[in-house]
Amino acid sequence: MTEEIIIAGFGGQGVLSMGKILAYSGIMQDQEVSWMPSYGPEMRGGTANVTVILSDNRISSPVLHSYDTAIILNQQSLDKFESAVKPGGMLLYDPNGITRHPERKDIKIFQVEAVDESIKLSSKKTFNMFVLGAYLKLHPIVTFENVVKGLKKSLPERHQHLIPANEKAIKRGMEIVREMK
Amino acid sequence: MKEIALIKGNEAIAEAAIRTGVDAYFGYPITPQSEVLEYLQLQKPEERTGMVVLQAESELAAINMVYGAAGTGKKVMTTSSSPGISLMQEGISYIAGAELPCLIVNVVRGGPGLGTIQPSQADYFQATKGGGHGDYRLIVLAPASVQEMADFVDLAFELAFKYRNPALILSDGLIGQMMEKVELPEPKERFTTFDQSWVITGKTADRERNIITSLNLDPELQYEHNIKLQQKYERMKEDVMFESFQTDDADFLLVAYGSSARICQKVVDVVRGRGKKLGLLRPITLFPFPTEVISELSRRVKGILSVEMSTGQMVEDVRLAANGRVPVYHYGTFGGKIHSPEDVLNAIEEKFIGGF
Repeated sequence: MTEEIIIAGFGGQGVLSMGKILAYSGIMQDQEVSWMPSYGPEMRGGTANVTVILSDNRISSPVLHSYDTAIILNQQSLDKFESAVKPGGMLLYDPNGITRHPERKDIKIFQVEAVDESIKLSSKKTFNMFVLGAYLKLHPIVTFENVVKGLKKSLPERHQHLIPANEKAIKRGMEIVREMK
Repeated sequence: MKEIALIKGNEAIAEAAIRTGVDAYFGYPITPQSEVLEYLQLQKPEERTGMVVLQAESELAAINMVYGAAGTGKKVMTTSSSPGISLMQEGISYIAGAELPCLIVNVVRGGPGLGTIQPSQADYFQATKGGGHGDYRLIVLAPASVQEMADFVDLAFELAFKYRNPALILSDGLIGQMMEKVELPEPKERFTTFDQSWVITGKTADRERNIITSLNLDPELQYEHNIKLQQKYERMKEDVMFESFQTDDADFLLVAYGSSARICQKVVDVVRGRGKKLGLLRPITLFPFPTEVISELSRRVKGILSVEMSTGQMVEDVRLAANGRVPVYHYGTFGGKIHSPEDVLNAIEEKFIGGF
């Protein structure tokens, strides 16, 4: 099994940390992982993206031109990466702020209203975990237990108390994801 | 069991430096390698192993601190990125002339000039042909994974002390910034067991004083010194390192190092999946260059494509190795743009079309 994922959105939405938690979860599950961020000027207020690969085998290129899954959190990223999903692949996005919705017919498209839900539950800081939950519901490539272990590993000491809130957000994300037809 | 971590390439360099007993680090921040210094400062290595970590006032200061400390036989290192490494060239030439072991890490970004902060492999000439003045060479290692970023620190010092020559790890922003699963090196004593007969830590009664200098005003002496250096560079060939992927039956060959080699591995998988015989030769040491194996392969393949994130630097060494036996092409993006496996596939179609 190899899963090639792009996560893209605005800087500050937790794109990179979502990727890191996913990568850590993969390690907990004894997988090979790579996490390659966009870095530099685009990170500072602009768009941010990270390529995450989880695999049972040695990972060759950390740089990809097409993905099994695209997790999209803003319009610019949708415009940039919709065409990069492999035929038969999956696109998961938050419709918040999206004016032109995905149009491809040869991929599976899912929505998770993570921004709305995180505001509703007064849990804005765990926004990205609603998205991660939605993804894991669709592609359970790592077990929930290993994701929690991954969270513990990747959150710094001062944020460890937020783990229950993050777990809750992941579970809620699993519930609210829906397929677009 | 070995300790596993998910860390960036830059952090792997820093953690490996502490664990493998590096005595001192002198550096100055620059993107995309600032995490090395940041990580070292956060880790307080002076408490873990007694290692000295100092942020110098400039790259010039840093490399000259390395020069001074290396003269005492300690394991000392610095890291920087392209423009910073250019600033260090005078010092590196002096260190090479004075025959001192040390480690320099270049996490390459796009140039020339201040260029960009995105990854590039355009410092190959500077690293392998002597970026400073005079006839000197560095031992150059090219890691292709975060694991190798960790492993090559110790390897670089082994080689640097073996030859009393500066070693350089030629990485790039991609491997510096990405995270992968790493088996951390086993902790090692900081105090070195390398030959210390040449160091300048004070004359003892039983021997003449040691002198460390790169200055020989007498041309006869400088001539002799250059011959000695060249003989040393020749001897380094016994430490050539490379990795072969499916080269045994290959009709066509890719040659790529560092991050480009990772990208090319995927290309080989894809092309092999289509039933075509493509192989990849990955130089691990860029100096000494794996000339012999490429020369050998050039007798069996129909063409060679050198892939690097530059406008074509390593391709010159590949051509020298192939020596006209087969066409040698170059492909690569540059200026901070990273080629995708698909870009390389297209280049293969274009260059090798009809051959397959």
